[in-house]
Amino acid sequence: MSVDQKTVRHIARLARIAVRDDELEALAKELNGILDWVEQLGEVDTADVEPMTSAVAMAMKMRDDVVTETNLQKEVTRNAPGAEDGFFVVPKVVE
Amino acid sequence: MTDLTSLTLAEARDALKKKEITSVELTGAYLKEMEAAGALNAYVTVTAEKAMEMARASDAKLQKGEGGPLEGVPLGIKDLFCTKDVQTTACSHILEGFVPPYESTVTANLWRDGAVMLGKLNNDEFAMGSSNETSHYGAVVNPWRRQGSDAKLVPGGSSGGSSAAVAARLCAAATATDTGGSIRQPAAFTGTVGLKPTYGRCSRWGIVAFASSLDQAGPIARDVRDAAIMLRSMAGHDAKDTTSVDRLVPDYEAALAGGVKGLSVGIPKEYRVEGMPKEIDDLWTRGIEWLKAAGATVKEVSLPHTKYALPTYYIVAPAECSSNLARYDGVRYGLRVEGRDVTEMYENTRAAGFGAEVKRRILMGTYVLSAGYYDAYYLKAQKLRTLIARDFTEAFSEVDVLLTPTAPSAAFAIGEKTDDPLSMYLNDVFTVTVNLAGLPGISVPAGLSGEGLPLGLQLIGRTFDEETLLRAARAIEEAAEFTAAPGAWWRA
Repeated sequence: MSVDQKTVRHIARLARIAVRDDELEALAKELNGILDWVEQLGEVDTADVEPMTSAVAMAMKMRDDVVTETNLQKEVTRNAPGAEDGFFVVPKVVE
Repeated sequence: MTDLTSLTLAEARDALKKKEITSVELTGAYLKEMEAAGALNAYVTVTAEKAMEMARASDAKLQKGEGGPLEGVPLGIKDLFCTKDVQTTACSHILEGFVPPYESTVTANLWRDGAVMLGKLNNDEFAMGSSNETSHYGAVVNPWRRQGSDAKLVPGGSSGGSSAAVAARLCAAATATDTGGSIRQPAAFTGTVGLKPTYGRCSRWGIVAFASSLDQAGPIARDVRDAAIMLRSMAGHDAKDTTSVDRLVPDYEAALAGGVKGLSVGIPKEYRVEGMPKEIDDLWTRGIEWLKAAGATVKEVSLPHTKYALPTYYIVAPAECSSNLARYDGVRYGLRVEGRDVTEMYENTRAAGFGAEVKRRILMGTYVLSAGYYDAYYLKAQKLRTLIARDFTEAFSEVDVLLTPTAPSAAFAIGEKTDDPLSMYLNDVFTVTVNLAGLPGISVPAGLSGEGLPLGLQLIGRTFDEETLLRAARAIEEAAEFTAAPGAWWRA
């Protein structure tokens, strides 16, 4: 499998990273270099192998679905590039 | 005592307890060394006032015969750990100005035990790199130089600030993180000890996430004992991280006394890779002889899927990174670059905020997770992970620990490998398997290269058996008698 410049533009769009037209060629080349290299995994027959879901065998811990920390509005918004009255400010998203 | 910064963490701790020195003296000595070491670029933030304040509080406790296991000991903290009210950037432009309103669990554990924070240490941007050259704040310079050369070398990565600071005695020990080798490879490049614990041993809460199924915090320290002391304080169960394990934290320092008599050590034959420099191979052979002489038995084992570990890693890690780094959207923290609409604001922010390697990995991860490719790449890689982990399980039915080199070379020059991502990735060929299988690993300085640079040997242990790992590491350390130190050229 190999990615062309159109695919790079598409995945950059999915990843929400602006790329200039003059960056596409180099990015496609780098990604293809890495993709060609990972192709070797195809040599291994994994038909009967379960995918790993946890690096160390452990049962998922559960907790009660209750609020443990409250009134953190100021702390939560204090690093925002735009905040007003305890809310995040974003560009207009609906007309 | 004149040279306070030459004390190991254990020595400093004991001297503080006995009131032979004070934390204010010790912390002041480190701050002075840090000020003179700007050429290394190891620290990105120095918290001198906070350090002195913490040192005074420690002295008050020590004076009364109180205090925790690390009371008054000055540490450096990798900038990946969130520290309350102290800027935390993961050395990325996109997080510049971020001041966490909370403290990571690992650092909170260290402060609970009395440690003093000197400042935040440089690292590869979001811990993505093997040379500390991708940091927004510039490369870290290795305190070590080749004999007769003043070429600047990399300190390894991603925890290059941590390894350089420990090697140059700019802290008693440092925190670090390891996703594919980021503790062990920098330790090998700087003649320090780097311990990556079992996945789940330390809480990941409050550590800037890179690849959540691989990330694990651990120490870089001057010797095995110091690493053991650090791990005991860093580790422990945390309800805020569901993958942190609810298991007693042993006294790792006490475990060092055990020795390796009767221990069975495995030598994975697949690690004898093509093109490995002879001096690395020779070092490995010496390591085998040292363990034998200390009473261990050594046998060859096979980890047949080793060659697939690196390509597996470069699917899994970018996939998880693309998902984790989706949070940097110009809304909640860090950088914002405006656009015509909200989507363009996201795109402009992320284009300006992330460096080239981080973008490459996000794009790679987005691609392998995208519709139609998930099974071919991500699922395939997770199946390979099962096979890689199974290789280790089988090997550990025959042996107690594995011995390998840590890295395929000594430290290289700044700029030497930045043009080709693949040649950089190959640095992690011996370390990445351990992350994929969730195992603990440690790098111990074991000798010098022909050019006078430190080389490390890696030991790999069973899940949650850091005690055996540390015992074996101590045996290597005792036999290697590694006492070389870099000349303090940076102070000139």
